[in-house]
Amino acid sequence: MTPNLYDFSTLTGAIHEWLSGMMSPGWVTFTELVLIGLLFLLFFALLGLFLVYLERKVCAIIQNRVGPNRVGKWGLLQTIADLIKLLIKELIPIRKSDKFLFNLAPFIVIIASLMAMAALPFAKGLQAIDFNIGVFYVMAVSSLGVVGILLAGWSSNSKYSLIGAMRSGAQIVSYELSVGLSLLAIVVFSGSMQLSTIIESQADGWWLFKGHIPAFIAFIVFLIASTAEINRGPFDLAEAESELTAGFHTEYSGIKFAFFFLAEYINMFIVAAIAATVFLGGWMPLHIGNWEGFNQVMDFIPSIVWFFVKTFFIIYVIMWFKWTFPRLRIDQLLTLEWKYLLPVSLVNIVLIAFLVLMGWHF
Amino acid sequence: MTEEIIKDVIIGESEDYIINVGPQHPSTHGVLRFEVCLQGETVKYLIPHIGYIHRGIEKMCEAITYPQIIHLTDRMDYLSAHINNEAVCLCVENALQVEVPERVKYIRTILAELNRLASHQLWWSAFGMDLGALTTFFYGLRDREKILDIFEESFGSRLLHSFVMPGGLMHDVHPNFQKGIKEFIKYFRKKLPEYDQLLTGNVIFHQRAKGIGLMSKETAIAYGVTGPSGRGSGWSCDIRKIAPYSAYDKVQFNECLETEGDTFARYQVRMREMHESLSILEQLVDNIPEGDYTAKMKPIIKLPAGEFFQRVETARGELAVYIVSDGNKSPYRIKFRTPNFSNLFVMNTITSGYKIADLVAVSGSLDLVIPDIDR
Repeated sequence: MTPNLYDFSTLTGAIHEWLSGMMSPGWVTFTELVLIGLLFLLFFALLGLFLVYLERKVCAIIQNRVGPNRVGKWGLLQTIADLIKLLIKELIPIRKSDKFLFNLAPFIVIIASLMAMAALPFAKGLQAIDFNIGVFYVMAVSSLGVVGILLAGWSSNSKYSLIGAMRSGAQIVSYELSVGLSLLAIVVFSGSMQLSTIIESQADGWWLFKGHIPAFIAFIVFLIASTAEINRGPFDLAEAESELTAGFHTEYSGIKFAFFFLAEYINMFIVAAIAATVFLGGWMPLHIGNWEGFNQVMDFIPSIVWFFVKTFFIIYVIMWFKWTFPRLRIDQLLTLEWKYLLPVSLVNIVLIAFLVLMGWHF
Repeated sequence: MTEEIIKDVIIGESEDYIINVGPQHPSTHGVLRFEVCLQGETVKYLIPHIGYIHRGIEKMCEAITYPQIIHLTDRMDYLSAHINNEAVCLCVENALQVEVPERVKYIRTILAELNRLASHQLWWSAFGMDLGALTTFFYGLRDREKILDIFEESFGSRLLHSFVMPGGLMHDVHPNFQKGIKEFIKYFRKKLPEYDQLLTGNVIFHQRAKGIGLMSKETAIAYGVTGPSGRGSGWSCDIRKIAPYSAYDKVQFNECLETEGDTFARYQVRMREMHESLSILEQLVDNIPEGDYTAKMKPIIKLPAGEFFQRVETARGELAVYIVSDGNKSPYRIKFRTPNFSNLFVMNTITSGYKIADLVAVSGSLDLVIPDIDR
């Protein structure tokens, strides 16, 4: 049943064996950690640049514009030029700011998103760490980012930043609940928190399709709540441009600002990747029941392509939200979470537990 | 309240959380500063500080001739530039008792309505931006461009076209003028429903706009809030209806009134006014009479000694011009009663007790143009 084509574990296994032949097990682990770390950093930077480019193109399409088209072919080098500009820009020191926390905050934000990325299964056999509590781990580290945002707002010595950070704190702490509960829905279905097991359990159909209506509700709740958790429109209150100029990162410039900027996009990728993994089968091809021929054709598409297609579809949806909807107000934002999303997810999870108990799902 | 303000603002002893919205802020649309006192996210009170772009237009007018004054009035409410010009011209013509040709009246009315449309389009774009819906900006500007193209073809300038002169127009309009307007009406009738689809029907927008910034009819009258903002509170204050000028007595149109007095009502008034402006344009564009583009005027315009008054309806409310002349070629004193000045100072009353995000929504719905306040 499980497709064996394009299994990355053969490649990673071969590298592991080759390294083992050369050095002691301790050094092998160390070398592998360094390698993976470097790969992630490279991927992180490239992905961030690409996502910024993608957002500018998507928003241009929605707004009847062309978007960047001057630097490089189709403006592909535009974000690289922007990055160079950010790198060589002056870091403006802020008077009476808390220097240590001010400098620490961007790193906390970016480390949190880098850590979350470690558990993502990019393709079959392409996953840095396959925790047995994968879902829980991703939830835990991605919520670390809020500490960085709070610190940034607090240490900036700016009233706008402080309001932005406080908003962000209230918002992320609230929406964490809905994100967690909607992910729990699928954990209940698949009976495991391990991301690889969750993907394996979708070999005969994605949870979105075989989880009946409750899985669909969980998916919608997850999309809304995670958009809020990564501070994107229409929930971008923490950096509400028309109200707080730039919210928590008003006072940041140069590469420190770039860190916040990159982290926002990487967080979007992580959220989309989790949604794709948990609800849409991750790297698992689209399989429909007993259609053997169809399933085999689908297996010929590499798993890494499946993963990225699904992820970028969800990223597109999240961008679509931002460029279409007006922003909510802070009290409406909290009302939406505590009065609507949270009760719905709570009832939903009880419903799912009941479904699973009675064995009514596929 | 006053003592509290003095303590806060002048002595700076208060422990209230005071933030300055402006003079450089994305949502003030110019150099306006609100000193906002917050309790958490709630606005306790707000003090507008103006004068950042004060150029002394009224004083400057005392040193220059009437045709030159026209060029300064452009720089007040730059989004209703044509209507500002018309106000001074009408006042001067009244003083001289010059009867302008019918053709001029028609063209002036058409230009005023086009200007109103362009202004409302820009307002809609910026209002969406204030609420965080960034796409509205490009939709609005896309359509505004068509109007500016018509302006450019006829007057050679897009924004500040001092085209109206005392006695008539500076020169005749371009031969394509009527064709361009007809094309634009056809085009914009198709595009206007898009505005509703994008913003008017949105649930988030309803939540952000309904019941926010409530202004009663009494408040509107007390503060002299005119224009669409005043009509959103049910105050019938459209000068085009009360005291018709130019060709407004020859066209059929409705005064758009809403009674709720909230941000959404003001929004609705402007959206409906766009439809009305289109219908006024439709009635006028085919009926422009032939004739001269200007009445016979003396080379140097000297007003007789006395006081003269004229008011017009700009895109934002009532603009009144009051000229005191001592018989010279420049006025002894000229006073502009600009709509935005009155509209601004109602802000404290209608935003106290709402959230800081509502402050942005309300100031967006009042459609403030800062150079018009400071002059």
